[in-house]
Amino acid sequence: MKEKIKARIMDSPKIKRALDRMTTEIIERNRNLKNLVIVGIRTRGIYVGKRISKLIKDMEKVDIPVGVLDITLYRDDFSELEAQHMVKKTEINFSVVKKDVLLVDDVLFTGRTIRAAMDSLIDLGRPKTIQLLVLIDRGHRELPIRADYVGKFLPTSKRENVQVHLKEIDNTDEVLITEPPGIK
Amino acid sequence: MAFKHKHLLGIQGLTPSEITTILDTAESFYEISTREVKKVPTLRGKTIINLFFEPSTRTRSSFELAAKRLSADIINFNLNSSSTTKGETFKDTILNLEAMNPDAIIIRHSCAGATHYASTFSRSNIINAGDGAHEHPTQALLDAFTIRQQKKDFKDLKIIIVGDILHSRVARSNIFLFGKMGARVTLVGPPALLPQEFEKFGVNLDFNLDRAIEGADVVMMLRIQLERQAKNFFPSIREYRNIYALTAKRFRQAKRNAIIMHPGPINRGVELSADIADSAKSVILKQVENGVAVRMAVLYLLLGGKEREAFD
Repeated sequence: MKEKIKARIMDSPKIKRALDRMTTEIIERNRNLKNLVIVGIRTRGIYVGKRISKLIKDMEKVDIPVGVLDITLYRDDFSELEAQHMVKKTEINFSVVKKDVLLVDDVLFTGRTIRAAMDSLIDLGRPKTIQLLVLIDRGHRELPIRADYVGKFLPTSKRENVQVHLKEIDNTDEVLITEPPGIK
Repeated sequence: MAFKHKHLLGIQGLTPSEITTILDTAESFYEISTREVKKVPTLRGKTIINLFFEPSTRTRSSFELAAKRLSADIINFNLNSSSTTKGETFKDTILNLEAMNPDAIIIRHSCAGATHYASTFSRSNIINAGDGAHEHPTQALLDAFTIRQQKKDFKDLKIIIVGDILHSRVARSNIFLFGKMGARVTLVGPPALLPQEFEKFGVNLDFNLDRAIEGADVVMMLRIQLERQAKNFFPSIREYRNIYALTAKRFRQAKRNAIIMHPGPINRGVELSADIADSAKSVILKQVENGVAVRMAVLYLLLGGKEREAFD
């Protein structure tokens, strides 16, 4: 069942501009950049996080470490899934205690992933602050969560899907709105 | 890929890709035990029963820690304190425990097939923690996990399993597992403890350890069950030690990067000389450590998701 592509919302230059702008906002807001660490949520949050880290390095010459968070074990729909998700590794090779943690994901939707990510992060230690960066905010929140840095607000209907493709794993940079087949 | 079984009764019913799924999942769980907060909320609200009709410390506590690190509630029932001593049947014991709505029951029993029987009438996920001389699947999985950490791939590894093959459920589960993963297995032991029928499983048999150990990648020693020695499977412990104990001298015949394994508990100075037990090539304690991660993976894979088809 292939998803039908409805619209191509962002291409490589647009994604780049959004990341540049958000990086500037991050630098403005975090006076002490040396205390900042980035944690990307599997899978595409990792690559967005790595790009942000590189942009900060280019602009401010500060190395920001990037960790990887797998939230599978913190999901709230564990008993309702048809089959369990494959658990992958969490790889955060630095302490988050007293750090300003920038949590990064590709798409913000219901907010449940972010809830799970925050619980998981706090089990690893007590960060000073947690900020959230997403490339796309598509609305339909089910929890009181909002992002500090948003690449693009994208109003969608619930049956639509937002797909973010990144060069690192998808060979191309783009954001698509798709729809399951068979819906007018 | 998804894991579709409701129970874990043995290695025999698993495909190579299912085994790989369990081992890959265990990789992810391994990291949790190295954290400061060694607990994730995944199985919160699930109840697990450890039902042991045979004594065990390692396996029982390994399952207990695995369940607790996943936030499940677990209670232990041991033969001594349970009512089977008052004449209750195996089936009634399980039905009574099940009336308290557990999600999974981990069973060790001295009869081969006990866990399979339990799975025919139980609503819970049944996990075999050793049934007679039949299978001990989680031990084989943690052995495989440990080997994979050291050797990356099973293809064409030469693995020898030495000792009391006849009574060993660990040997049986490992024979199935290593065979499915493409390793070459040789079983070694005195004739009375090495039944000819094992050739059917596609393994080599050898009565001579000095010959079999040449070029081995993995040397797995089994415990000599001293309590069975009364049945005279071999003339004396001393003779057994002379012929089948792993000593530093014998181990030199194995590959240079070979590893030493043992499911425990070890009889220091019987099947393993003391210097070998403590040698840098021994991964015996690594096996125990990995056991928790592997059992977390098994609990996670069995207890996740909605009701699934019963084990074939």
